[in-house]
Amino acid sequence: MSRKLDWISIIIYLILVAMGWINIYSATYSGDGGSIFDLDTLYGKQMLFIGVSLALAVILVSIEAKFYERFAGVIYLMSILSLLGLFVFGKNVNGATSWYAIGGMTLQPSEFAKAATALALAKYLSDIQTNITDTKDLLKAIGIMILPALLIIPQPDPGSALVYASLFFVLHREGVSPLYLYLGFFGVVLFALTLIYGPVWIILGMSTLLGFLYYFMNRKKKRLKLITLVTIVVVTGLMSFSVDFIFENIFEQRHRDRFSLWLRLEDDPTKLEEIRKTIGYNTYQSEAAIGSGGLHGKGFLEGTRTKGDFVPEQHTDYIFSTVGEEWGFIGSAAVVMLFSLLILRLIYLAERQKTSFSRMYGYGVASILFFHFAINIGMVIGLLPTIGIPLPFFSYGGSGLLGFTLLLFIFLKLDANRINEWL
Amino acid sequence: MKKLLLSSIILITAIIFLGRLSYLQLLDSSNQNPLEDTAIKAEYDYPERGHIYDRHGELLVANQPSYDVMVIPRDVKPLDTLEFCNLLRITEEDFKRKFKKAHTYSPRLPSVFVPQLSKKEYARLQEKMRKYEGFYIQKRSLRHYQTDVGANFLGYISEVNERDLQRNPYYQSGELIGRQGVEQQYEEVLRGQKGVKFIQKDRFNRVIGPYKEGIFDTLPVQGKDIYLTIDQDLQEYGERLMQNKRGGIVALEPDSGEILALISAPTYDPALLVGRERSENYTRLYYDSIAKPLYDRGLIAQYPPGSPFKTLNALIGLQEGVIDENTTFTCYHGYRYGRNSFMGCHCNSGARNNLNRGIYESCNAYFANVYRRIIEKYPDAEEGMAKWENHVRSFGLGSYLGYDLPNGKPGKVPSPELYDRYYGENRWFATNTLSNAIGQGEVLTTPIQLANLTAIIANRGYYYTPHIIKNIENDTIDQSKYKTKHYTTIDAEHYEPVIEGMNDVYNKGTAKWIKIPGIEIAGKTGTAENFTKIDSVRVQLTDHSIFVAFAPVDNPKIAMAVFVENGYWGSRWAGRIAGLMIEKYLKGEVESERMEQFVLEGSLEEEYEKPLSGKPFSINDGSKMMYPPGYGPYKPKTGTASKSIVPKTTEPKSTEPKSTE
Repeated sequence: MSRKLDWISIIIYLILVAMGWINIYSATYSGDGGSIFDLDTLYGKQMLFIGVSLALAVILVSIEAKFYERFAGVIYLMSILSLLGLFVFGKNVNGATSWYAIGGMTLQPSEFAKAATALALAKYLSDIQTNITDTKDLLKAIGIMILPALLIIPQPDPGSALVYASLFFVLHREGVSPLYLYLGFFGVVLFALTLIYGPVWIILGMSTLLGFLYYFMNRKKKRLKLITLVTIVVVTGLMSFSVDFIFENIFEQRHRDRFSLWLRLEDDPTKLEEIRKTIGYNTYQSEAAIGSGGLHGKGFLEGTRTKGDFVPEQHTDYIFSTVGEEWGFIGSAAVVMLFSLLILRLIYLAERQKTSFSRMYGYGVASILFFHFAINIGMVIGLLPTIGIPLPFFSYGGSGLLGFTLLLFIFLKLDANRINEWL
Repeated sequence: MKKLLLSSIILITAIIFLGRLSYLQLLDSSNQNPLEDTAIKAEYDYPERGHIYDRHGELLVANQPSYDVMVIPRDVKPLDTLEFCNLLRITEEDFKRKFKKAHTYSPRLPSVFVPQLSKKEYARLQEKMRKYEGFYIQKRSLRHYQTDVGANFLGYISEVNERDLQRNPYYQSGELIGRQGVEQQYEEVLRGQKGVKFIQKDRFNRVIGPYKEGIFDTLPVQGKDIYLTIDQDLQEYGERLMQNKRGGIVALEPDSGEILALISAPTYDPALLVGRERSENYTRLYYDSIAKPLYDRGLIAQYPPGSPFKTLNALIGLQEGVIDENTTFTCYHGYRYGRNSFMGCHCNSGARNNLNRGIYESCNAYFANVYRRIIEKYPDAEEGMAKWENHVRSFGLGSYLGYDLPNGKPGKVPSPELYDRYYGENRWFATNTLSNAIGQGEVLTTPIQLANLTAIIANRGYYYTPHIIKNIENDTIDQSKYKTKHYTTIDAEHYEPVIEGMNDVYNKGTAKWIKIPGIEIAGKTGTAENFTKIDSVRVQLTDHSIFVAFAPVDNPKIAMAVFVENGYWGSRWAGRIAGLMIEKYLKGEVESERMEQFVLEGSLEEEYEKPLSGKPFSINDGSKMMYPPGYGPYKPKTGTASKSIVPKTTEPKSTEPKSTE
């Protein structure tokens, strides 16, 4: 059976986990080199998590593949219940009630809910009775996606909730009109442009653009209804104003500052400097650490900014800055390429599945991993605003590592079993 | 399309990430300088600056500790201000003002709170210091002068400025660097090498430990002591003699090129440029544009050499074979060399002078003849001039000489090209340049060049590069540079008649009033015309008093040049000063008390006031009236033979006014 497992993915997984541990070791090393299994240290704990994850991986590939499809609903239900349970039994860490405390360990159910949701979505969509072109069924599918997100938002952990949006790629693959994707993209662009130029210019711009469009289309005898265009302008205008309103009145200052920093909205250099030192401190320090790595990096345990703890949360969300400082461009580019390779490989595997359930689940895995990868590294290298989600396989944390292992190896098992599908 | 969307997005994302990473890590190097790494701090350990001694091992410059009370405003905790102010001897208002100032500068960075406490104040404060959080004491090392002379060649130290920082990466802002004199010249020797420790800090600026186990750290290297060739006693005596006068004196040891004394007057106490008052004092000295105390006249003042230059023309004449010892010229109370051109002389009309007499009577006509013969020996004036220039330059004139002090001027030696530019090629003759015969006109020399010329005559034909460094502690200086004999183009045998003439200057010539018992001196007086500009009009001032001398004649131990600005007769000031200094150096004490008293009490301040007064004034003891612009019958002197030359040096025979003796 093991011959049929996709060893390329497994090797990339193992490389990433090992690199992750090395960088966690460096980021949390205090100088008095104890054993790498010392459970009082973070790197020692991570070593334990890696051991448990590998054991989990073995168990996952040993289970009958049909189990996952058959019990997808139950798994989803359990994970929803575990998220609900947080409202009662949850433990508050750093202001977020995202954990269960079991003995000395903590467990974060939202990390496992991703796999459960991907399974449930695949299961629902692959059902013969589901017709994705039917709006009712589509809404149900979206409901499955959104429910865990709605439970995660109030923890609060908006970053993790946002991940579920990535499952839209699954819907798209299964034939849902890309219009929604374009609309989403348009929404993000509109949001950013509104913050930069203000709603008035947006309306003027849209009107001009559509005016030209109307003029040229009419000349080509392709009739566009004027009323449609006017509606688009009005809707855009309303959205733009509401973005403005939400930004100014509902967002808190710290959120506004994040966007100010991201979109370079602040012209006043002294204020910009202040934002850099407060809300933008993480990004500033992490960019500086990565930049100081140069081509070759400073070497393992030689990163001065890493040693000095200049980058906050460096062993979790900002672990990539350690890679950048100590391993330089060569190291960080290698990580980017390994991730891209793994995700592309998963898409390739998904496309060769014989059942739609496996294909959809595979797409779900690729989408979730991609979303984490893109948002996390984008944030660490200063291209995206600060959104707190971990880098898969890299960031410190047992739940995260176990959750991603679960996500990946269920799919690898499904893939290994594709020949026996008819059984 | 639907199969490729996610894959394309992944590829695009990867490319964007790689682009951003290459920008951050490869293109933008602003984060890659370890010295600017916020996580690493360099701490410096400054070695003590080397001491400076004179040739006999007398300590001239040492160091003194100075203690600054520093403050980091952010770290200051509430304190007993009354007690603190009492300890520092400041008022509470002072405290508030200083604290506010420091806070405005930066709450995080240290500023000087009270500068330069004495050792005593520091001792009292030290034990209580730990009570005052945010305040600490920083030790600095300042110069401590054991002498009040030699400010011009000792130089001083001060904080580095922007230019120093750009020029030399060794220095960090706030560090000290030598300026002027030996402090600048031997900066690296005196300074040593600072040690550095790199320290790894965390984000709270706490020390975690040494950076990379200290592999980049260095230990400080002590600054070395240096010994100068200066004789402190002679230097001090010379400075005393020059008080209330302006000018420069350079004394050399002929058989080594060592500088025994380097005097510039007026001067100042080097201690003025130390400590709290440094900047204020420096500004005051800097803006004294009349007396120019910072202007090192011994090295950079360029004077016409006057009659001492005749000795050089005599040597060239002998070498070129156009005269010998017995060549005789007749003086007609001067020398006529054109319809309107006449160079005056104080000899009686019809006096027949040979070389010896020409020198000791300083006959202008004699040397006008010699000079003409030198130039006219060759088919055209250009060639003769080129020969003459070559001889003159072999004496180190017209060059910086290569001594080890940072200041200098090359002086001026005219070349045939210069006159070609003035008059056009082949359109000038020896007569056009006749002032060169008597050290006026286009020739300019600095005192050290003239002292070197005298040393060459004393050595009978060679010189060592003048230098001020005698010895560096535990180190051999590059001896070769100062141990190489530089020969002139004049053969040794030609020196004797000239030296004989110079000896007669002292015995029966223009300097016969100067008598130092028991010492045979060879010298030459000089009285050089000079001019200034008042409202852009050239106005003549009282002549400079010049004297060059070496002694003893048979075995010269000292050779020197003395310039006293506007002192009139060469023998009146410069000659006496030279005589007294030679006596001081060779005997260790001065017996010629009346002469000493005359020089010490004499002042030329009145003379220096004249051109500034704005009123008509007399020069050369009233023999001539000078009218500044706006006053009566002043006519700038023009219309003599050449545009460039204003000859007429007078050197009257035995005219030293007896009244002043």
